[in-house]
Amino acid sequence: MNRYTLAVLVRNQFGVLNRLTSMLRRRQFNISSLAVSETESPEFSRATFSFDGEEDGKQQLINQLYKLPDVFSIKELSRENSISCELMLIKMQNDPDTRNDIQSAADAFKAETIDYTRESITLRLFGTGEKLDEFISLMRDFTILEICRTGTASLEKGGGVLRQNLNL
Amino acid sequence: MLLSGADILVETLIEQGCDTVFGYPGGQILNVYDSLYTHQDRINHILTAHEQGAAHAADGYARTTGKVGVVISTSGPGATNLVTGIATAYLDSVPLVAICGNVPTTQIGSDSFQEIDITGVTLPITKHNYFVGSVEDLADTVREAFALAKSGRPGPVLIDVPKDVQIAECEYEPQQPVEKEEPRAAKESNIEKAAKYINASKRPFVYFGGGITISEAQEEMLKLAETIDAPIGCSLMGLSAIPTDHPRYLGMQGMHGHYASSMAMHKADLIISLGVRFNDRVTGNRQKFATGAKIVHIDVDGSELNKTVNAAIGLRGDVKLTLQKLLPLINTSKKPDWTATVDGFKAEEKDYLDNREGLTPRNAILTLNRHLGENTAVCTDVGQHQMWTAQNVNLKTPRRFISSGGLGTMGFGFGAAIGSAFGTKERSVLVTGDGSFGMCLQELATAVTYNIPMVILILNNGVLGMVRQWQTLFYNKHYSNTVLERKTDFTAFAKSFGADGEAVSTVEELDEALTRAFRQDGPYIIDCKIDKDEFVLPMLPPGGSMDDIITTLEVEM
Repeated sequence: MNRYTLAVLVRNQFGVLNRLTSMLRRRQFNISSLAVSETESPEFSRATFSFDGEEDGKQQLINQLYKLPDVFSIKELSRENSISCELMLIKMQNDPDTRNDIQSAADAFKAETIDYTRESITLRLFGTGEKLDEFISLMRDFTILEICRTGTASLEKGGGVLRQNLNL
Repeated sequence: MLLSGADILVETLIEQGCDTVFGYPGGQILNVYDSLYTHQDRINHILTAHEQGAAHAADGYARTTGKVGVVISTSGPGATNLVTGIATAYLDSVPLVAICGNVPTTQIGSDSFQEIDITGVTLPITKHNYFVGSVEDLADTVREAFALAKSGRPGPVLIDVPKDVQIAECEYEPQQPVEKEEPRAAKESNIEKAAKYINASKRPFVYFGGGITISEAQEEMLKLAETIDAPIGCSLMGLSAIPTDHPRYLGMQGMHGHYASSMAMHKADLIISLGVRFNDRVTGNRQKFATGAKIVHIDVDGSELNKTVNAAIGLRGDVKLTLQKLLPLINTSKKPDWTATVDGFKAEEKDYLDNREGLTPRNAILTLNRHLGENTAVCTDVGQHQMWTAQNVNLKTPRRFISSGGLGTMGFGFGAAIGSAFGTKERSVLVTGDGSFGMCLQELATAVTYNIPMVILILNNGVLGMVRQWQTLFYNKHYSNTVLERKTDFTAFAKSFGADGEAVSTVEELDEALTRAFRQDGPYIIDCKIDKDEFVLPMLPPGGSMDDIITTLEVEM
């Protein structure tokens, strides 16, 4: 099983996210992360998928995405040709026995404390999906109260832009 | 000119070349029906007995003409009644535009009377759908819907039009009918690779589906088969694309396909697949499917390539244009050994043919063949009768075998036969079973009202035959809910609806009844009694391969 990242340019219109996710559900594609937002042009939204699977499945996912009239352009982003980043907020239980360990891990990962109360420590962490996964795995030794992740944002390295592929 | 949304909708349909629509009125589509009333000299509306029948009729109209079929319904239950018809069209790649009324935009989302989120409901069974929020968008939405429905791999598109959008006014200027997206051939480099595989093949087999009819690539396909001396077979959806008596044609593939066709595909070293997908009903067990063959797969829908079987080379493009570019690269050759092998399969097939006397299903279809005109559309429902018809019917003209292949919709046939009669402007034939016919028989009212010439041949065995066949073979003859202990008298039923009909129990009676039926002014039902334990053979057991084919039946009854 590999992780693939696809950047997809879609029509910025009411209901488009539903069309994407309906297709994914119907064909049982396993998506581990999805981030959608408006782009530099109000005409387009950009969806970034992380997909766990095999090469065949990825190709089928691309083919099926292209069948949606609201999809304009798709690019596969690999670790080599792209830069990726995800934001996570993680709320830990604040316990005198563990707060130092949590803080050390947070320091090692350059996670920032953004809220601190008697009951909780909320940390903010940027990085690749893998980095966030690793941090969560460390935090499981303590008590995680809540996690919120944005999904991966990815851009191609260099001057290439997704809109160049529009006539695919 | 300043027009209401309803008028704009109807004007745009006319502008797009639509002269016949099928549908059923209701509260939230009243304005459109008012507009249909005032435009009745320019557009013909056929009122069915049920919205499902209207959807299947629009589908049958589209399949027989190649034009976009149009169906109109009201909101809520009217819209949900279209769902089976839309799904049927989706699975068989039929260009269809479905137009639904809805509650006014101000009430959307409040669970108003007869409000349903039909764009949500039909999301997975349409190519695309639209909720029209403002009258300014209406005309262009209809145009876009027509373009989408017929472009590339055709399919259904739904437009949801709230009532206030039908009432609101805006400027409308007629435009030219939209063209379908320009078809494109596959990539040159892939065509060259495909040519290499084809030129290297010693036992090629040409396998085609509905895509051949849609792209009108028959001539190119036959030329290819001629050049490389290959036999031809097809999927259910391919039937009627080429005449069934073509010397290279071996017939249908698949679970109940022709023996020679299935064997040739099984033993081929190269399957040249044209506008066809490898459905499980065709492949059986995919691990054991044509293990000795490489596959060259040409399809306009790239997502069909490598979806269920892996192709040596997949070519995404219009079949006709791609074949035109491929043909000059193909070497002419004769393949006497392969031809002899295939002739051997044909000879074996003759041995397996059901040559019994009497009113067997095969004899019923052979008798029907004698009455069919070149242009007659033969429609079916789903089940044993569908397979018997597919196996035995003589077809001469493309777009004249109309059957629900992908979804397998019992109840499809009656509506489809109504639409086909309008599409061909000729008498249509519906071959059905007593089970399938029972699902949508209310459409006889439509056929009578419009005096539609239609021969309805019910192969009546009193059971749900196809399911019974499986129960016999795989479920220890537990005939759970497949014995129809009904007392329906189909002749009396026909008469009560204002039609005519008769029951037959011999081939001679059937022949005479068909003579009467083909002269009848309007629909005519023939209730043809057959035995409940007739089987569709050959049969590839589900999940089996050609090695497991059942050609004769020796089951204790």
